[in-house]
Amino acid sequence: MNLDYNAEELDFRAEVRTFIEENLPSDIQAKVLAHKRLNRDDYKRWHQILHAKGWVAPAWPVETGGAGWNPVQRHIWEEEATRAGAPNVLSFGVNMIGPVLMAFGSDEQKSHYLPRILSCEDWWCQGYSEPGSGSDLASLKTAAKRVQEDDGEYYVVNGQKTWTTLGQHADMIFCLVRTDNSGRKQQGISFLLIDMNTPGITVRPIITLDEDHEVNEIFFDNVKVPVKNLVGQENMGWTYAKYLLSHERNNVAEVGRSKRELRYLKQLAMAYTSDGKPLLEDPLFARKVAILEAELMALEITNLRVVSADDGKSEPGPEVSMLKIVGTEVQQRLTELMVQAVGPYGLPFDAEFLEGETEHAVTGKDDAAPLTAAYLNFRKASIYGGSNEIQKNIMNKMILGL
Amino acid sequence: MDFNLTQEQTQLSDTLRRWIEKEYDFEARRAIIKSAEGVSADAWSGLAELGLMALPVPEAQDGFGASGSDMFAVMQELGKGLLVEPYLATVSGVQYLKQDAEKHAELLQQVAGGEARIACALGEAQSRYNRYDVAMTAKADGDGYILNGRKTVVVHGAQADHLIVSARTDGDPRDHSGISLFVMAADAKGITRSDYRTIDGMRAADINFADVRVQVASLIGAAGEAWPIIDVVSDYSCALICAEAVGIMQATYETTLEYLKTRRQFDQPIGAFQALQHRMVEMFIEVEQARSMAMLAAARIGSDDAEERRRTVSGAMIRVGQAANRVGEEAIQLHGGIGMTNEMQVAHYFKRLTMFGAVYGDVDHHINRFTHQPAFPQSA
Ligand SMILES: Cc1cc2nc3c(=O)[nH]c(=O)nc-3n(C[C@H](O)[C@H](O)[C@H](O)COP(=O)(O)OP(=O)(O)OC[C@H]3O[C@@H](n4cnc5c(N)ncnc54)[C@H](O)[C@@H]3O)c2cc1C
Repeated sequence: MNLDYNAEELDFRAEVRTFIEENLPSDIQAKVLAHKRLNRDDYKRWHQILHAKGWVAPAWPVETGGAGWNPVQRHIWEEEATRAGAPNVLSFGVNMIGPVLMAFGSDEQKSHYLPRILSCEDWWCQGYSEPGSGSDLASLKTAAKRVQEDDGEYYVVNGQKTWTTLGQHADMIFCLVRTDNSGRKQQGISFLLIDMNTPGITVRPIITLDEDHEVNEIFFDNVKVPVKNLVGQENMGWTYAKYLLSHERNNVAEVGRSKRELRYLKQLAMAYTSDGKPLLEDPLFARKVAILEAELMALEITNLRVVSADDGKSEPGPEVSMLKIVGTEVQQRLTELMVQAVGPYGLPFDAEFLEGETEHAVTGKDDAAPLTAAYLNFRKASIYGGSNEIQKNIMNKMILGL
Repeated sequence: MDFNLTQEQTQLSDTLRRWIEKEYDFEARRAIIKSAEGVSADAWSGLAELGLMALPVPEAQDGFGASGSDMFAVMQELGKGLLVEPYLATVSGVQYLKQDAEKHAELLQQVAGGEARIACALGEAQSRYNRYDVAMTAKADGDGYILNGRKTVVVHGAQADHLIVSARTDGDPRDHSGISLFVMAADAKGITRSDYRTIDGMRAADINFADVRVQVASLIGAAGEAWPIIDVVSDYSCALICAEAVGIMQATYETTLEYLKTRRQFDQPIGAFQALQHRMVEMFIEVEQARSMAMLAAARIGSDDAEERRRTVSGAMIRVGQAANRVGEEAIQLHGGIGMTNEMQVAHYFKRLTMFGAVYGDVDHHINRFTHQPAFPQSA
C-alpha cells in the first residue's frame, strides 16, 4: 500500500498547476470562486484555451486530439483545475457524445464532429429525458419515422425532450428516439444527432427554483433528420446510451470541487461571527464541519481506489454509483452549511448580482449573496444523471444481489 | 386536555383557507411578488376584514386579544398559502407595543383597523441571531433621543409604515442591559431604507439611521431595560413561525403524497416503490413531531415562567427547524426534476422552509439557548 503520488505524478501535477495559474482568466475564476453564474462565453473561452493546449479532452487518445491521460493523471487534472476555480468543461460534447462517436460512430461522423467538439464549434446538449420518462428512460416516446424523399432518406422526429441542460446555447443535440414499438422497450430505441437549427425545433426555457435558466424543454414537430445522422445501427440506441451513461459518471465524486468549497466554507465560518466570535469556534458548527471533512477525506480515498483500479478497458462498475451518492451528498451538505454559516444573510435574493449585472450585492455581503441560490440549485445533483435512489437500486442489484 | 381547535378557531381557519384559495392562489401570489411593492394592499385589507389584524391586539385597543392557540390556527393557514404579506412582522410589532399598551394605544388601534403595518428592526450586520448584540446607539438629547446606526435584513422593513427599533442607550455591545426600544414612523427624517427581495418570495431591507430624532414618548418600556421584552417577544414570533412552518410542511407532505400516487415510472406509480414509501412515512413523522412542538410552544408563549417558556420555544425551534429542513429536501428529491422548477408550488414551500431559521435563529442557535437554561441539567 502506498497512498502517495509518485515522482512522475508529482511532476505532472506541477505542470498542470502552472498552466492553470498562467492561463485561467481571472474574471472567470472570480465568478466560479464566488458562486456566480457563468454565461456561454465564459464556458467557451476556457474550453478554447484548453483546446489550444491540447488538454480539453483528458480521456481521449492523443491521435483523436485528446490529452491521452491515464486515470490518475485525469484525477490530478480535475483536482487542480477545480481547486483553482476553473469551470468544468461541459460534459455533453467531450465526455458524452465524443466517446460514443469514437466507439460507434461512422467515419464521416468522427471526422466531422470530433474536431468540432474539441474546438467548441459545436455546443452539444443531451436529449434523453422526457416528461414521462425520467428514471425509466427506456420508456421514452419521441418518435422517429424513416421516410424516403426526393433528396434522400430522413428520420422525421416528433415528440418532446425536457430538462435539457444549457440547450438554449446548443448547436447540436444527441437524442434517444423510438424507431420501433414492437418489442421490449429497450429495443426499438435509436441514437440520433440533430442540428438545433433544423425547422420544427422549439426550445422553451424552464426556470428553476433559484430563478436560473439552466434547463429547457425541446419540442420536435416533424423535424427532418438525414439518416446519416443515425449513430451505429437503428434500434441499437439503448446500448450506446448505456455506454454513454457510464462515461457520464466520470468524475462524479467531484472531490476537487468539494475540497475547494470546504475551504470556502471555513473562510465564511471565520468571517461570520456569533456573539463576537467566529462561527467556526462554535463547537456545534465546528462539529458539523469536521464530520463533513472526514467524509470528504474518505471519499477522496475511495475515489482514488476506484480510479487506480481503472485499467481503461473494463466498464466502470457499481462502485461509480457509490461515488455519485456520496459525492452529491457531500456537495449538497457543503452548500447547506454555507447557508447556515451566513445566518440572516442567507435570506436576501439578489438576481442582478448573481447574473453579474451589479458589481456588489445590495446588502454589501458579496460572499453571502449567492449561497442560498446555490444550495437550492444543488438539490439537482441527487436527481440528475440517475437519481440517488436509482443508484442505490443499481448497487443493490449488482453488489448485494438481494 | 384538548388538542382540538375551538369551534371559533376552526371557523376562522376555514374562512381564511377559502379566502386564500380565492384571492391568493399561486398566480396571484406570483404577481404580488413580482410587483414593485412586493406586497398587496388589497390582500391586507382583505385579511383585515377577516379580522386578522384585530386578532392579536388587546381588547382595550379595539382588538380581540387572541391567545397563542388562536394565532397557531391562523399562522398554519397563512403557511399553507405561503402569504408574503407583512403579517408576522406586524403581529410581532403588536407584541412589542403591548408591553406598553396605553402609551401606544393609538398605533395599536390603527393596526387593529388594518391601517398600519409594522416592521421590527432588531438585527445588525454582526448580530446574527443574538438580539442583545446591538451596536446602534440612542443618545439622550433634551426631550428625546438621537439614533445612529444600521439595521440589516429587516423583514418587510420597506413595506412598513412604522418601525420598532432597538438601540443602545447604555453599556457595551452585547451587554443585555442598556438596550432601549423605540417605535417611529418609517419615513422619519434620517431614515433610509434599501429594499430587496428574499429568496422565499418576501421583502427585506437594510435600514440606515443617521441622526434620527425621536421623542421620549416613542420609548417602549423603560430606557435601557428592553432586553426582557425583546426576549419574550422573540419567543412569541418563534412560536408563530413554528405554526406557519407546520402549515407549510403539512401542505408539502400532502402535495408530495399526491405526486407519488400519480407520477408513474416503470409502469407503476412511484409510490409503489417501498424505498419511497418509507421516506414518505418518515416525512409524516417529521410533520407530526413538529406539530406537537409547535402546539406546545403556542400554548406556552403566554407563560409567566420565563425559563419554561424559553425551554419550550427553543425546543420547538430545534425540532421544527430540523423537520423543516428534512421535509423540504425530501419533497424535492421525491418529486425528481419537476421539484426543481419555479412553476411548482412545492419548490416555493421548500424555499420558505429552507429559510425557517434565518430570522429567529437556526437549530444550532436554539440548541445553545436550550442547553444554557439553568435547569437544563435536571429538566426532562
Ligand atoms: C437540473 C437538471 C438538469 C438535467 N439535465 C438533463 C439533460 O441535460 N439531459 C437529459 O436528458 N436529462 C437531464 N435531466 C433529467 C434527469 O436525468 C432526470 O430528472 C432524472 O433522470 C430523474 O427523472 P425525473 O425527474 O423524471 O424523476 P422521476 O423518475 O419521476 O423520479 C421521481 C422520484 O422517484 C424516484 N424513483 C423513480 N424510480 C424509482 C425506483 N425504481 N425506485 C426508487 N425510487 C425511484 C426518483 O429517485 C425520484 O426521487 C436533468 C435534470 C435536472 C433536475
